[in-house]
Amino acid sequence: MAFNHKNLIDITEYSADDIMQILETATTFQEVNERKIKKVPLLKGITVVNMFNEPSTRTKSSFELAESRLSCDKLSAGGKSSATVKGESLLDTMETLNSYKIDMVVIRDKMAGAPYIVSQHTSAGVIDAGDGKHNHPTQALLDLFTIWQRKGTLDGLKVGIVGDIGHSRVVGSLAPALKIMGATVYGIAPQTLLPARPDLLGFDAVSSHIDEVLPELDVVYMLRIQMERLDGAPFPSLREYNKLYGLTEERDRLLKPDTIVCHPGPINRGVELDDYMADHPERSVILDQVYAGICVRMAVLYLLLGGNNELNS
Amino acid sequence: MSLILKNVRAVDPQIGLDDVVSVRIEGDKIAEVGSQITAAEGDTVRDLSGKVLVPGLVDIHVHLREPGQEYKEDIESGTRAAAAGGFTAVCCMPNTAPAIDNGAMVEAVKGIAAAKGHCRVHVAGCCTKGREGAAIAEMGDMVEHGAVAFTDDGCGVADTGAMRRVMDYANQFGKVVMSHCQDAGLVGNGQVNEGVASTRLALAGWPAEGEEIQIARDILIANLTGTPLHIQHLTTARGLDIVREAKAKGVKVTCEVTPHHLFLNEEALDETYDTNFKVNPPLRTQDDNDALVEGIVDGTIDCIVTDHAPHAKYEKDRPFELAPFGMTGIETSLSLVLTQLVSSGVIDYNRMVELMAVNPRAILGVEPVKLEAGSTADLTVFDPACEWTVTADGFQSKSANSGFLGAHLTGKATDVYVGGAPTLVDGKIA
Repeated sequence: MAFNHKNLIDITEYSADDIMQILETATTFQEVNERKIKKVPLLKGITVVNMFNEPSTRTKSSFELAESRLSCDKLSAGGKSSATVKGESLLDTMETLNSYKIDMVVIRDKMAGAPYIVSQHTSAGVIDAGDGKHNHPTQALLDLFTIWQRKGTLDGLKVGIVGDIGHSRVVGSLAPALKIMGATVYGIAPQTLLPARPDLLGFDAVSSHIDEVLPELDVVYMLRIQMERLDGAPFPSLREYNKLYGLTEERDRLLKPDTIVCHPGPINRGVELDDYMADHPERSVILDQVYAGICVRMAVLYLLLGGNNELNS
Repeated sequence: MSLILKNVRAVDPQIGLDDVVSVRIEGDKIAEVGSQITAAEGDTVRDLSGKVLVPGLVDIHVHLREPGQEYKEDIESGTRAAAAGGFTAVCCMPNTAPAIDNGAMVEAVKGIAAAKGHCRVHVAGCCTKGREGAAIAEMGDMVEHGAVAFTDDGCGVADTGAMRRVMDYANQFGKVVMSHCQDAGLVGNGQVNEGVASTRLALAGWPAEGEEIQIARDILIANLTGTPLHIQHLTTARGLDIVREAKAKGVKVTCEVTPHHLFLNEEALDETYDTNFKVNPPLRTQDDNDALVEGIVDGTIDCIVTDHAPHAKYEKDRPFELAPFGMTGIETSLSLVLTQLVSSGVIDYNRMVELMAVNPRAILGVEPVKLEAGSTADLTVFDPACEWTVTADGFQSKSANSGFLGAHLTGKATDVYVGGAPTLVDGKIA
């Protein structure tokens, strides 16, 4: 099947078939990652720039591993030592990188919309690795992959996203991606943590009462509470947040037996999740999500860059 | 030796004029308006058949950027842009660097404008020293040097006590206080309208209430102090309702709107994060557009201004949150009003002249201009049939951050006279 995308920035430009193709390709790469030698020569000679203009540990290492295992040449740009910090504009940085004859830019930036700007100033492809509070499409795809593997389908699932919906780039991609795949999406948060129009992101309903919604859900997606990202405190204390919105052992009884628990990491234990839920052997798929990150990012890089090569050649 | 503009349709609601006439100008005054004007030896005669002559347009909300940010615009280029847009006068905002908050600064701006300007420049001084919202600026000194109004435009006077002192003190000078209405606490770091745009772009929302609360507050203070208040760049339906109600109760309040808040809304903002649509206050909703047009028609809105806010390309090329607020507008305003409001039959030329020439002068308290003998010859002539397209390289302004690039417009200024002297002739800067 043809894969006709150059960039992965706005997940709403992807169809359900496109997303399914990514998930199926990721399954193939899962097999590669089970091997002793986890490297395939599929993207040999391809140059990928990892431009991380704000701190990132997990996403960056996941992309770097995915690139290495596909045999890409990779270059780090951005970060604290980058020219961007010295006052060079994003566009000037891009012109410099273009001169290196690059094929793909993986960009993380604290400014919403930066990946689109970059895509307008390079002939290379662009993958949004998180922009401001806007989008984080590879996170959404790895979440879909994890849920799909566990549930066997995405269509018709009821997914509740709990927490800081209004300041989450994960939600900016995950909620619309879930809608594209046919899921029903609930938002659960106090109004201080909701965007003005959750319906535009794909939410079917929002609630401020977690206990009323939990019994409906096939998937509970707990967001990290990020105090540092909020303008003014939107709730009085972490203690009260935990009490009203935390997924705790006490709330286990409200969940269906096969409900799973996702979290994009890193977890604030004792805030959105307690130890019982974070480490729950049946419910928690949090480490599966981390593993899925490698497989899905390999799939995205492969499809965007080498989609015409045969996967097994 | 006089200048004769002949065969032009002259429209002036102040004197009930709408007729094809000829106008004779002597020196800086209109000497004669009539159907039978004969040219004498040495007279300059211009045949303006098919065109429309109105009292010179005035834009009372313009950022000329000088001193301090001459890379964006300066008094010469900004007034050149004004002439190209059909304006005979502007009122420049005091948020320069340093701010225009004392008599010497007012004097300096007026001096540069007199030497290099292409239109009259009325100067608004700050309400508070350094636009810091605390101590009252030297209004008396500024009035003495020619300031016509006071505003801390760019932000509101956040502290209510400070705003009360400003309006109480301004009362003695008989000048209007112009208010940029933005509740700092509610708006915070707001980037775009709270609603569709803030959700779609995942940017901090700038809610309508952040403007409306301040409009209501300042109207109450105007009522308390008796000082005339002018609401700047009003954008919301409810804000307009508040003004409408205050006017009905006799509060001395006027208000202005910009073409971009009339004709654009938050739907313009999409995943491309086009920073030319980043303005303050932000583009609102279609419902607000509709309400503002209604306010234009029913008279609640007193004037159309541009909030002409030039910025360098490299500044607008930044990621959205780092790009400055504002778009240019002085070269498209008249054409947008002609295209969107007059040609479409929403308003007639009379109302347009009230909104863009008569009321702006009245708000500033400057000399009226009428199309009759004895009046100062500040005149705007436009070709209502001229079709043109807005392009980035077509501006006189130093900056091209227009939200109307690519727009096809009908109607354009062709000739402008300031005190009888041409500043625009056949569409070319004189």
